[in-house]
Amino acid sequence: MANAIQPSRKEEIKPPVVHVGVVGWIRKNLFNNWLNSLLTVVTVFLLLKTVPPFVRWAFIDSVWNTPAQACRHATGACWSIIPHNYRFIIFGFFPYNLQWRPLLAMIMLFVLLFFSQNRKHWKKSLAYSWIAGLFIMGLLLKGGLFGLKSVESTQWGGLVLTLLLSVFGLTAAYPLGVVLALGRQSKMPAVKTLCIVYIEMIRGVPLISLLFMASIIFPLFLPEGVTINKIIRAQAAIILFTAAYIAEVVRGGLQAMAKGQYEAAESMGLNYYQTMRLIILPQALKIVIPPTVSILISAFKDTSLVVIIALYDLLKTTQTVLSDPRWLGYSREAYIFVAIIYFLGCFSMSNYSRKLEKELSRGD
Amino acid sequence: MKNTAPETVPFWLDPKKRAIFFQFITLCVVGLLAYYLISNTIHNLKRQNIATGLRFLDKESSFEIGESLISYSAASSYGLALIVGALNTLYVSSIGIVITVILGTFIGVARLSTNWLVSKLAAIFIEVFQDIPVLLQLFFWYAIFYETLPSPRQALHPLPGVFICNRGVAFAVPKADPAHGYMAIAFLAGCVIVYLIRRWAKKQRDKTGRLFPVFRVSLAILIGLPFITWLLAGAPTAMSTPKLVGFNFTGGKSFSPEFIALLLGLVLYTAAFVAEVVRAGIQSVSKGQTEAANSLGLRPGMVLNLVILPQALRVIIPPLTSQMLNLTKNSTLAVAIGYPDFVSVANTTINQTGQAIEGVALIMALYLIFSLLTSAIMNWYNKKAALVER
Repeated sequence: MANAIQPSRKEEIKPPVVHVGVVGWIRKNLFNNWLNSLLTVVTVFLLLKTVPPFVRWAFIDSVWNTPAQACRHATGACWSIIPHNYRFIIFGFFPYNLQWRPLLAMIMLFVLLFFSQNRKHWKKSLAYSWIAGLFIMGLLLKGGLFGLKSVESTQWGGLVLTLLLSVFGLTAAYPLGVVLALGRQSKMPAVKTLCIVYIEMIRGVPLISLLFMASIIFPLFLPEGVTINKIIRAQAAIILFTAAYIAEVVRGGLQAMAKGQYEAAESMGLNYYQTMRLIILPQALKIVIPPTVSILISAFKDTSLVVIIALYDLLKTTQTVLSDPRWLGYSREAYIFVAIIYFLGCFSMSNYSRKLEKELSRGD
Repeated sequence: MKNTAPETVPFWLDPKKRAIFFQFITLCVVGLLAYYLISNTIHNLKRQNIATGLRFLDKESSFEIGESLISYSAASSYGLALIVGALNTLYVSSIGIVITVILGTFIGVARLSTNWLVSKLAAIFIEVFQDIPVLLQLFFWYAIFYETLPSPRQALHPLPGVFICNRGVAFAVPKADPAHGYMAIAFLAGCVIVYLIRRWAKKQRDKTGRLFPVFRVSLAILIGLPFITWLLAGAPTAMSTPKLVGFNFTGGKSFSPEFIALLLGLVLYTAAFVAEVVRAGIQSVSKGQTEAANSLGLRPGMVLNLVILPQALRVIIPPLTSQMLNLTKNSTLAVAIGYPDFVSVANTTINQTGQAIEGVALIMALYLIFSLLTSAIMNWYNKKAALVER
């Protein structure tokens, strides 16, 4: 076309240097008005006051792998407590030369978790491999079969116990929670009342009261002569507790289902079981994945409460190390190490949940 | 055509009868399980010679409690010990809730700040404190107290009248004086006046459209009235400062390491969650609302007060209440660091008397009452604040 607009030949005027590049970014993000400028100055001052001493303590003046005596002379952190005691912190009282077994179980767990991350792998085969995996993990811990030496569950401890309580706790709590949620939505008054009472009661009391119940009252419930191991009792308390929270999350998903879904299923002639199994639950459980993951995260953190009923989980083994006279007084270092382990676990889960939420809301 | 009368349907295909049957089975199973457990328990209690019932509450407790809001000694009864514990729980939770809401709101707003540095720091705070078990945080703060802080003789002295050492924190407070009672009365009177002024101002605004500077006037009344009372009472300025006597501080007000570690752990952990709640609430108000309010010519303060906050609060309040309840429930972890809260006292009682069932039942009952009360208040609020749909 003849009268098409000619591209202007005017020389491009570059924006002033204070609007682009590093200077521009700083102006825009740190000094865009007087309040922000003040905030920036105060924050930088506070950071300068706190961060360098911490770095000095944690890295520059610290010792990393020395005997306990050498720590007494160090002015900074004594990280040596970790390399000297990590086997006990992670494996507890598990027989020293058999510790490859829980290690292998943990590796299996991480591989399974890593594999389950990808939604493309969410098939029936994954569920079967989880069942098989959990079984093998249990076998590796307990032993007694296939020539593996049997290990008493009183010897389980450390990170292994923490992971055991969370993983088995969640796998058992999830189906129970779904059943409770269905019960709460049920039209049968007796079933509904039972479920409501259960869910509201459990959600109203702190976990620690259930753990007390498991550790001191539960033995009274059993007939004379029958005893159940303390770990299993604590595990049961965690399952019963988590199930109530999962039930509430699942109920949210069930309520979010359009009524038409139920009616359509009914008009197709499906019965209750088929409706739930084929139509409602697959959709409802999918929308509640993100809140379920946050239940998972808090259940993982809550397993630390078993310290109070004297089970040797990750936190308790750390405290045991700290009560060793040689390592007395290095709580900060040990607790920071444990905090990092918990942080990595929770942070990766919550990150994953956010990613999943984005994917699911995109609708693919 | 064949006539299919309802009577011909066999009972196992009739949904109504089936439902009754199914519920009957469920109730039977639950009932039998309960019967089995209870009969076992009764048998075991008999075997171990444990008396049931709450009669032990009247017996002498014969244990001391480190911190108590009411007068208590080892000669008092178990019942009184439990009341001391419950009061301690309420004390630490209520202080914790106030600080948590303030800190959490502050961090939540900071998270949305346009200042990159502030926003990132808030994000780091939220992520770090949310992802570390609260029990571990309690242990950490407690360890900081007894491991890194100096003994009372070398107590840190950051401000005049404030001492920090491994026995806790002690600071100066005004010496007890009758003027304080009058000031409290003046403050309460101020609250009533402020309430009335707010109501009047709202009516005025609705009637005439004129705005009354409620906030500034309220602040002036709330601070001014007690101040004037203080001046009238002779302006007492005597302070009670902590002094090192023997191995510890006396005088002033002091908090034990257990209390501070518990408070610090609970507040930092819950504040991270509250910050997320506040952030989500503020973000839930769409930007168009702010823009519309601005285009109506409202000043920034009014935009926040009249447009943003009423809508954001509707989203914020329910999860905020459940966070407060969580803080109260997490305060039970006090038992792990030795602060005498209700669970800790109940635990000691259980160990001394062997009344495990009653002890745990009391713990559960107390927290159930807390949460039922909270949810009742919540329902009332939700009804009041619910969006009136067209």
